[in-house]
Amino acid sequence: MALKPPIAPSGEPRRAASGVPEEPLGPISSPRRIAWVRRRRALGRFWSEYRHNKMGIAGIGILLFFVGMALFATFVANPQSVDPSYVSGPVRHAPTLRFPLGTDNFGISVLSLIVAGSKISLLVGLTASVITMLIGAVVGIVAGYRGGAVDTLLMRITDFGLVLPWLALAIVLASIMGPSLTTIILVIGLTSWPGTARLVRAQVLSIRERPYIERSRALGAGDGHMIIHHVLPNAMPVILANAVLVVAIAILSETSLSFLGLGDPLTVSWGSIIENAFAGGATTLGAWWWIVAPGVCIVLVVMSFTFIGFALDEIINPRLRER
Amino acid sequence: MSVLSVRDLRITYHTTAGGVPAVRGVDLEIDRGEVVGLAGESGCGKSTIAAAILRLLPAKTRIEGEISLNGEDVLEMKPGHLRTVRWTGASIIFQGAMHALNPVKRVGDQIAEAITTHHQAGEREALVRVGQLLEQVGLPPRRIADYPHELSGGQKQRVMIAMALACNPNLIIADEPTTALDVMVQAQVLALLKELQRELGLAMLFITHDLSVLVEVSDRLAIMYAGQIVEDGPAQDVFYRPAHPYTKALAGAFPEIGDQRFRRKPSGLGGDPPDPQRIPSGCPFHPRCPVAFDSCPTVEPRLFASGEGRRAACLLVEGALTGVRKDES
Repeated sequence: MALKPPIAPSGEPRRAASGVPEEPLGPISSPRRIAWVRRRRALGRFWSEYRHNKMGIAGIGILLFFVGMALFATFVANPQSVDPSYVSGPVRHAPTLRFPLGTDNFGISVLSLIVAGSKISLLVGLTASVITMLIGAVVGIVAGYRGGAVDTLLMRITDFGLVLPWLALAIVLASIMGPSLTTIILVIGLTSWPGTARLVRAQVLSIRERPYIERSRALGAGDGHMIIHHVLPNAMPVILANAVLVVAIAILSETSLSFLGLGDPLTVSWGSIIENAFAGGATTLGAWWWIVAPGVCIVLVVMSFTFIGFALDEIINPRLRER
Repeated sequence: MSVLSVRDLRITYHTTAGGVPAVRGVDLEIDRGEVVGLAGESGCGKSTIAAAILRLLPAKTRIEGEISLNGEDVLEMKPGHLRTVRWTGASIIFQGAMHALNPVKRVGDQIAEAITTHHQAGEREALVRVGQLLEQVGLPPRRIADYPHELSGGQKQRVMIAMALACNPNLIIADEPTTALDVMVQAQVLALLKELQRELGLAMLFITHDLSVLVEVSDRLAIMYAGQIVEDGPAQDVFYRPAHPYTKALAGAFPEIGDQRFRRKPSGLGGDPPDPQRIPSGCPFHPRCPVAFDSCPTVEPRLFASGEGRRAACLLVEGALTGVRKDES
């Protein structure tokens, strides 16, 4: 068609966050390639912004340290180092050069315990929050998108989950299902989704009314298409930012349940170390290292996830941007 | 055969305060290659008609009458068939292009969405077609990978037009396609629409409150007031020689630059459109009508022939009520 474009294609190079102009995309090759190049650049821009966020860097640093520790525990560490029948150290000994974080009542090095426990704590935290996010997102999207009776029903169930005292419910569930790692994960996942569901539903309610949803319906799109292609991508920032915070809560929950003796007695987690310390009389005997070390680890990991969550929120949410 | 034929369409919105009649008996006919303009104040039912053609109204809305699109009755369609007819039979250029595009998806993908949804092509061919469509609406094909925020308002509206063309529909419904655009861009978009319409032989229903825009693009004009068509006919005739006092007021609201008559007397229309739940008796326009007389509040005027191919719903139209007002004038 002979129609000339009255609007000149904008030729000015886009500026990256750092202020350096990026080289233009060049002659069109293929949409897929352009998309790929842009995706890489978007990631680069994101990282250059994230890099300047002190909280975010601190969070990533701490998290990487503990992830490394968990990988070490899984692939390198000798499992016998935390087995009471193989160790022969001094019992409840204060930190020394040989035992930098002291020993427990079996003579096991607390450092070894913490390394072994990092694996379980991170594993439980991540898997439980995946379950939480899945249930929460599905319930929230269905309720918000469908509306009406479905919404009312799902939200009443959600409210029910919100008002139940979490710990009591978790204790009951854990004792019915028996102590094991799977139980802990399921219990946390099944009890902490209502908050996420509410959050996602609120977001979906606002997305549902946007004109591009009507446009998509006019295109002849079905519900499934609209949810996957329009609702989900727009709700994703909320879901992801929430997910990071849920991981922190899940790790804390795992600690609480293990501390209460509802965890798997055969695996070491940071919560179970504290429980053992408590039962083993660490408080009365003044064995502070036995409690403080795992406690500090829990605080650090939870803090790292919270930091990352805040940093992501600050970068993704334009209203929090300092510009 | 006409592309769109609407017969005695009545649409009542469902609210907690009772039914709200938004459209009260509208007949509309659009032939192949014809552009019909639909004009009227806010809330007169223009956009409701547009949404009804593809059945996009809320489920509880009561729709009566007949809407026949390419010979098929839209109101009788089963949901599955309706979905295939949407966009292939008729497509919509939405008002406010900035909001009708999903901010987190590339515009190319959003245009391709229309094509792949209807299985007209695979993803790869769809992208090729999108490139052609973008060229057709005067955008460089590399814009395919842009996000909506990277485009200007006019460019977004072009994307919406490309999207409307994607499935080769017979009818395009342009629902206020130029609102929120500045005058220059408005003119460009209108010229583009008109050119595409002529080239592709499309039928078009053009909805706006801006009569001056309509005169430029449409072949025929229909003026709506309070859910009814009060005047229709060839666009130029209706605009320059309006028969209905409401059309006169609408047309008078656009002063002609340089014309002395408009200099001293900016004309407008006082009052507000009636509340759809309390439509005045008789002629719904009589409370605001400058030439209303004693029969107006009691007699509801139907559309009387007011010239060649023209109709107007006013008792003052020649021969409508013989002798009522003639001797006075």
